[in-house]
Amino acid sequence: MAFVNLKNKEIQVKIVYYGPGRGGKTTNLEYIYQKFRNRINTEMVTVKTHGDRTLFFDFLPFDIGVINGYDVKIQLYTVPGQVKYNATRRLVLRGVDGIVFVADSMAVRREKNILSLKNLQENLSNYKKSIFRIPCVIQYNKVDLLEQGIPLLPTDILEKDLNSQLKRPSFQASALKGTNVVTTLKKIISMTVASIKRDLK
Amino acid sequence: MSYTLGQKQLDRIEDILKQDLIENGVRCVFLIDMAGNIIANLDNGEKQHDIYSLAALAAGNFGAVSAMAKIIGENEFSLLFHKGKKENIHFNKITTEFLLITIFGNDISLGFLRLKVADSVEQLKTILEPLLSL
Repeated sequence: MAFVNLKNKEIQVKIVYYGPGRGGKTTNLEYIYQKFRNRINTEMVTVKTHGDRTLFFDFLPFDIGVINGYDVKIQLYTVPGQVKYNATRRLVLRGVDGIVFVADSMAVRREKNILSLKNLQENLSNYKKSIFRIPCVIQYNKVDLLEQGIPLLPTDILEKDLNSQLKRPSFQASALKGTNVVTTLKKIISMTVASIKRDLK
Repeated sequence: MSYTLGQKQLDRIEDILKQDLIENGVRCVFLIDMAGNIIANLDNGEKQHDIYSLAALAAGNFGAVSAMAKIIGENEFSLLFHKGKKENIHFNKITTEFLLITIFGNDISLGFLRLKVADSVEQLKTILEPLLSL
């Protein structure tokens, strides 16, 4: 639910990074935070457990400048990926405008990806939103693990599992090394802003 | 779903918050929606807070408490109050979608603040309620 402030000429947009636990959602945000440190004038907020796992969410406000005379403020959130935290996951999705689904490319995580995507669909329907209509980008994370000899799922299998019906833009990425992190971010921002523009017409 | 507030409505909201709260000694007040977007924020000029982070955490916190309420069989807790040594935070829900947050020192009593917040909430409702039907 983007908010348009006609007085300050400002639009606030909420983008949520969703996906299975230990998939790299927080790492995506940490990379963005490091990369654009000079443009982000607040600290990244993170609510995590002692074991360094996301408990509630991470939050990173990000100013992308002026589009059509409006100052666009992007608010990036992550959800806790662990299955048991569904209640908090659902809270973070409230008022979401765009989603990045961070899938784990490791072969052993195949089922977790599929379950997490189903869970996203259920939680969105809770807010009367459809995964088929909301702007969404899929990221196949951890491609860097191939160098270490860890078995990864081939892209066509990932596409078949997660994107055969959705047909959304998808990127192979390494959140740790930064590969395609910014590409993913740019894509979701442009899709979300375009969707808000359509909404407001 | 996106929503828009115009100059007139935002001016009116700021007037209400200024007259009822800031002029009565509240340090900082902001109106947010449950997604964590900031609609209006005012302060008395003493301290600047990181309001974007505060808004995100406040919306999350309020959501978590509402979920707890449901588990124990309450429909909701419509207000929340956190007490600190020097600063206190008060949250008050306005309709289902908005939240009014005030930060105030120990020079204001909670009872007085609640009275003033209740006044503002009634006035803000008249502006915010029409947005819900959009």
